[in-house]
Amino acid sequence: MHGESQYRVPLIRGDKTYHQITEDICAPIEGRAGKLWYLAFTVSAVAALWGVGCISYLLGTGVGVWGLNRTVNWAWDITNFVWWVGIGHAGTLISAVLLLFRQRWRMAVNRSAEAMTIFAVVCAGMFPLIHMGRLWVGYWTLPLPNQFGSLWVNFNSPLLWDVFAISTYFSVSLGFWYTGLIPDFATVRDRQVIPWMKKIYQITSFGWSGTAKQWQRFEEVSLVLAGMSTPLVLSVHTIVSFDFATSVIPGWHTTIFPPYFVAGAIFSGFAMVLTLLLIMRKVLKLEDYITIGHVESMNKIIIVTGSIVGVAYITELFVAYYSGVQYEQYAFLNRATGPLAWSYWIMMGCNVISPQVFWIKKLRTNLTFTFFMSLVVNVGMWFERFVIIVTSLHRDYLPSSWTMFYPTWVDVGVYVGTMGIFFTLFLLFSRTFPVIAMAELKSILKISGEGWKKRQKEHEHEHDHH
Amino acid sequence: MIYAVYDDPDTTVEAGRIVTDAGIKVNTVYSPFPVHGIDDAIKLPRTRISVAAFMFGAMGTSFAAWMTWYMLIYDWPMNVGGKPSFSFAENFPSFVPVMFELTILLGAHGMIWTFFFISGILPGAKNKNPDPRTTDDKFIIEIDPSKQAQKEDEIIGMLKNAGAVEINRGE
Repeated sequence: MHGESQYRVPLIRGDKTYHQITEDICAPIEGRAGKLWYLAFTVSAVAALWGVGCISYLLGTGVGVWGLNRTVNWAWDITNFVWWVGIGHAGTLISAVLLLFRQRWRMAVNRSAEAMTIFAVVCAGMFPLIHMGRLWVGYWTLPLPNQFGSLWVNFNSPLLWDVFAISTYFSVSLGFWYTGLIPDFATVRDRQVIPWMKKIYQITSFGWSGTAKQWQRFEEVSLVLAGMSTPLVLSVHTIVSFDFATSVIPGWHTTIFPPYFVAGAIFSGFAMVLTLLLIMRKVLKLEDYITIGHVESMNKIIIVTGSIVGVAYITELFVAYYSGVQYEQYAFLNRATGPLAWSYWIMMGCNVISPQVFWIKKLRTNLTFTFFMSLVVNVGMWFERFVIIVTSLHRDYLPSSWTMFYPTWVDVGVYVGTMGIFFTLFLLFSRTFPVIAMAELKSILKISGEGWKKRQKEHEHEHDHH
Repeated sequence: MIYAVYDDPDTTVEAGRIVTDAGIKVNTVYSPFPVHGIDDAIKLPRTRISVAAFMFGAMGTSFAAWMTWYMLIYDWPMNVGGKPSFSFAENFPSFVPVMFELTILLGAHGMIWTFFFISGILPGAKNKNPDPRTTDDKFIIEIDPSKQAQKEDEIIGMLKNAGAVEINRGE
């Protein structure tokens, strides 16, 4: 087993044993939930039901119940879609990219981050389906043989690439997440005494026995899935950006969108991971595993991706000016000074200025401040998608088509509903699934556990003194 | 069946190496997490699951290439904004996203289900670890004494010397 430098901060605090790790992480599953959980669950579930109601009204009455019109034909629907998909990308990045880069700190956060991805993509996927109006013929987006002379889908269209991209992303992320969960479900199963609970975890653990061959294949599968998921996450958000970039709308038709969207997705995704994890680590008493060091690493990724987003904004502005194209120039002039300028400046403030504060070590290791900032970034990134979509559409080439956009209660209701669905699912997850990858974490205990590193240090000192 | 219980991964690897070098065939080692070095110690053959992933992925690419050619170039080419609809080569760049996604879709799912089937892990399957502590903090080396040249006592002696905290018998 390789050792680790003493300079590196331990990733597992306290003097833990393998058994202690099992106990700490299984405790939320085996214990009773507190009042706070029930309160949060009730609020989310009510919001989710409200959302289901709004969606039913939408599907029953028609897309006209939203604030859309002929000029602004995409607004909150696609803003929310891109926002949720972007949030989902952080989970895949943590599990896949950080595995390829051999970053051990990912192990304490990847399970819950991936769960967040699954739930976020569930919420995201609803929007393309419900915004089509006739959800019941949604299967027409699939290339299935049919009786219309076999009318096929248009493979040249980014809207169709989205169908393949989002479905692949959702199913592969689900597969990656679940495969990793199997050994941990086995741990929960083998500890369970309540018969019906034991039966449930018996089924969910797929009969995992933990033999050397199973582990060998498991490691190989995880590595290959990580290798596949990395280009997947990059391609999915690139394809989402193509929904705009391949059009002709000023402010949309720009080649900077793929890297800009991908960086922005990781930026907003990490902010949501922090929002969820800062609460979860406190409530489920997992501070020894999700340490300040983990939070600091995530904040560093926020600075990098936030800066990329900031540079992208400035590039857009410069190229609009330098190109001399009056439509592009007006698109940005309108964003900054037109009737929706308030949304543009919220976006700029939240996304460009605020992440820069994390250069200060004191701020990026402060948990309360980080939590507040994570909310700021989430809001800022929602406004970014809103600004891109609505300000570009409401005033494009033909001034006689210029009009304002106002959301209706159904726009807001569906969005609040998806928040409700997301938090309901996450709250259920936090009490029934092992929220930290137990098996993975145990594999680094001897290298990165605080107690072990201390003993290693003393051992070295003994050797030095001889 | 001899089950030698250990409580440290490095000790387990060393024990596995000692008995394997002495010519004893280790059935398997149960552990709560993947132990590095155990594959070499007990001379476990390399897994070919990634070859399966590659083959499934290649199937995905070929299927997607055929599908997009058949549907948009051969069967019902459509005039979309005057784009060259009768040439696969000229449309190929815009088919790449679909081809890429189907590669990953088939590759990932093919590999995952192959892994499940060949490892015997499926919904409803019964787990085979002899001791529930192996998913918590213990490591068990399983040896079938009836198939070895050495006597049972000799094998147990080696395992104990290597640091076993318990020796259990089973079927």
